[in-house]
Parts: sequence; structure tokens; C-alpha cells
Amino acid sequence: MTHHQCGERGNQGEVYKLAEAKFEKMILTKLKEKFPDSIIEVIEFRNELTCVVKREDIVRICTFLRDDPELSFNFLSDLCGVDYLGRKPRFDVAYNLYSISKNKRVRLKVKVDEGESVPSVTSIWSTANWHEREVFDMFGIRFDGHPDLRRILMPEDWEGHPLRKDFPLTKEEVTFSHNKNRPPRIS
Amino acid sequence: MILNMGPQHPSTHGVLRLILELDGETIVKATPDIGYLHTGIEKTMESKTYAQVIPLTDRMDYVAPLSNNLAYLLSVEKLLDIQAPPKAQFVRVILTELTRLASHLVWVGSHAHDIGAMTVLLYAFREREKLMDIFELVSGQRMMTSYFRVGGLAQDVPEGFESKVREVVNTFPDKINEYEKLLTRNRIWLNRTVGVGKISAQDAIDYGLSGPILRGCGVKWDIRKSNPYSGYDRFEFEIPTGKNGDVYDRYLVRVEEMRQSLRIVQQALEGMPEGDFVARVPGVVLPPKEQVVSNIESLIFHFKLVVEGFCPPVGEVYHSIESPKGELGYYVVSDGSNKPYRVKVRPPCFVNLSALPKMVEGRLIADVIAVIGSIDIVLGEIDR
Repeated sequence: MTHHQCGERGNQGEVYKLAEAKFEKMILTKLKEKFPDSIIEVIEFRNELTCVVKREDIVRICTFLRDDPELSFNFLSDLCGVDYLGRKPRFDVAYNLYSISKNKRVRLKVKVDEGESVPSVTSIWSTANWHEREVFDMFGIRFDGHPDLRRILMPEDWEGHPLRKDFPLTKEEVTFSHNKNRPPRIS
Repeated sequence: MILNMGPQHPSTHGVLRLILELDGETIVKATPDIGYLHTGIEKTMESKTYAQVIPLTDRMDYVAPLSNNLAYLLSVEKLLDIQAPPKAQFVRVILTELTRLASHLVWVGSHAHDIGAMTVLLYAFREREKLMDIFELVSGQRMMTSYFRVGGLAQDVPEGFESKVREVVNTFPDKINEYEKLLTRNRIWLNRTVGVGKISAQDAIDYGLSGPILRGCGVKWDIRKSNPYSGYDRFEFEIPTGKNGDVYDRYLVRVEEMRQSLRIVQQALEGMPEGDFVARVPGVVLPPKEQVVSNIESLIFHFKLVVEGFCPPVGEVYHSIESPKGELGYYVVSDGSNKPYRVKVRPPCFVNLSALPKMVEGRLIADVIAVIGSIDIVLGEIDR
């Protein structure tokens, strides 16, 4: 087991945490003050702050995070869906926000069940347009107030939503039938 | 009139289809139609172990495969809370900066070719060949490199790596001057690019643009500086920015970026630390080959790791790097099993392309070609 001994684990993470913690606390206090009933859960993992918020308040929260001069999360890095098949509500929609001027990141998440919809954030960031279309295409989550909610990657007449966990990886199992009736060759 | 541009069109850099509503030669409305190259990479990733995902990342931005490898691996390493040793970090920096050069060479060549300057393409591909030789030397592959591994590199850099890189560092600045001589003050080039495809800094941020396009608008944001990863804080380099946010400024920014990349490569070569090329984290990184062939326990670990892979803790991380095209991020969700529960790629080209209508509407149809070239899209990454 000699190779076990020289494991090198970074300590950079802890340094990073100390500098970051103050800002994260400020985000949380501000959010809790402004939206006391909206925050469902706060998760900290690997120095990343994730706030699970109520679906119906996402537009108000995002607008606040963008416009508050001390936070100014003006850049929506990414918006995506995650399917937790078997959980209720079934889906997560994650918003990765970034503040260019403050150089900070925060992640918001909303939970949404099948058949429900999420308010669109296209009015806050234009970039959300294509991201939300992709989430709709891949998971079938609808976004209220989206100007142009159509499929983006899959063909228009495609049935189903490929990134759902109950969507098969290949539509049909590949059958290797060319040598089905032949006896196994012994060499 | 409605004009279909693409999906088979030489200036769309792949299979991009644009539906253009025209009034004479003026564009009233442009609607990009993407997805022709969709292969379900994100879906496939969910069925592979963490290590098996690495080759899939190559196939997205196939012009800059090593940047994709790095972005994915940094998020997995963040998930595992491990860090590559200094030597691996330096080699990663050298290779991703060379990748940036290679990507920018493809861009400058094809972009100039689209606008009518044929010579630049031939020059750029001549130099790109030298970079490809380096990638082939380290990984055995010109394009689908998959050279980085969780915790470091697949193997130590081979002999002759340093001299080959040094040769590029020494000869490349002259080549950049050559391209500049052909283009920077060329009157046709200026007419085709200055003031074309303009976007303001505020709009660019609203559209989520990143990389050279955003810097061309004057926003000084480079992830290598703002959130240094892989030891970028140890190198000195400038972030070039433009002013007007037009095609010409993006050109100037990218050309200057090539020079800065060379600076970084040179510093990394000179300060290359000694040591191991991979962090020997038990259960995550394969044991050294000598031990595998001489020690039964190492053999068992090797076998288990190849067959089962490793299981990171439950959680989710987002990590982004400055790829040649902009912010390339990976959002990895782990459910504690040996396969990623969900991998979401934040492709810079996908986001940058979404602002294309904003840049071309109200302008002439010939400008569309210039703007597409200046966005520097790779459809493999957009459609995934």
C-alpha cells in the first residue's frame, strides 16, 4: 500500500473560506431580512453557497441580488435542471450567479414537480432565454413568462425529454443479431 | 425575404443554421437554429464513471480539448477536495495556454478566410501544426488528447517536451507579427470589421457573454485573474481589453491574448517544479505501474479503480475556467456513487451565440459572416 502514503490534499480551500465567509454571511442576512419566508434551505459545500428558495419568489430574489449595490450579481453564468426521479418535487432548477464587480458566486435552487412551472428570469438576464429553452427541451420544465419557449437542441417533433432519468440512453437496445444462430466458434 | 443560411454553409463553422429575415440586404431578424450536432454528451456522461467522462469532454470543443479536460477535472477535484501537485499544475498551464494558441490560430485563420484574406489561414495552420506535434508528443493524439487525469496527468511529460515548447515560445512572436502585418492595418480588413457587430458592455453582461467578446467591450474580466485556478496566480500577464465591442476589437484582444499566453508558457517553463505528476490520493489515482506489477495490493487497487472507479461525497460543485472562448464551467452533481448524477456544461459558445441576433440585426448580410467569425463558435460545444 505504498502509494497510499503520499496523498497530497490541498489546503488552499481553507484559506479561500476565511476570505469568503464574510460575504456569504452578508448575502444570507440580506436575503433572510428581505425574504424571510422564501428561503427553504442553505447548503454550504466546498465553499460554495447554495440557497434553495421558493419557486414563486425566484424572480423577486434574482432582481434583488442583481440590483443590490453591495451584491450586484449581474452575471447569470448558468441555469440548468437536475432530475431527481422518485423525489417529490421531482426536479431542481439551479441558477449559478456571478458578480463581476465583487468577484463572488452564489447558487440559487428551486424545486419543481412534474406539470408545474417556474417563473422565467429572462426579464432579468437575457442570457436566461436559451438556458431556459434548454431546460425545457431536456426536462420538460415550463417557464412562465418566457418569450419563446421552444425546443432548442432536439428536433421540434421529438417525443420526450432526454435528460430525464426515465428516458433511456438509447431508444432501442442494440441487438447483435448477425451471429445469433451460429454456434460459438472454438479455435 | 427569408433566407436560410446553413446548416451547410462554409462560413458557419460547422452546422449552424440561421434563418434571416431580409429587407433588401439589411437583416430585419436573425434566428439561430442549433442542435444539428447534438449527441447527448451530458446524458452519456451520467452512464460513465468519473474517469470515463474525460474523453467525452474532448469531443465538445474539439479545437481546444485540453481546456475542456481541465475544466471538468477541476470540478471533480473540487468535489473530491484534492489538488494536483505543482508540477502537474504547471504542465496543465503550459498545455492549456498552447491550446489557447491553437484555438486562436484556427479562429484567426478561418475568420480571415471568411472575410476574404486567404493567406492568413495557410500561415495559421502552418503554426498550428507545431502545436499539434506537442499535443501528440505528450498524449499520442493530435486532437482528442485526454491527457489530464483526476489529480494530475496521465503520465509524466516525455523527453523533448521542453525543447519543443521552447521552440514555439521563441519562434511564435514573429508569426503573430506576420498575421498582424497582414491584417491589423489592412484597409479591407478595417472596412469589414471596424464598427461591425457592436455590443455594449452592459448588453454583453446581460447576455452572459464572456471571454474575448466581453473583454472587447472593455470589461476587464478574466477568470485566470479573478479566480486563479491551477496556479495561475503565480504568473504575470496582462488582460487585454478593447473599447468599442466590435469585431475589430475582438480581433485585437485575441491577438494580444496570444502574446500573453506565450508569456505564461515561458514563465511556466522556467519555473517548472520537480516532483510527481499526479497527486497520489488513495482510491482515486492509479498506483504507479512498477508497484502494480510487483505488489499484489497495488494490483488489486488498480483493478478496482479501473472497474469501479471512485465515489466522491454527495454534493454539487460548479467550477469554471477561462477557456479560449470564454467562461467554460462544469456543474457536477454527485449522489455518492461512482458515476456523476448530473454533469451540466456551461459552454461559452452556446451563450455567446445567443447574442448573435443582437449583433447583426439592422446590419448588412455580409456582416453576419464577420460577426459569426468573431464569436469564434465551435458547434460541437454548443450542441453537445
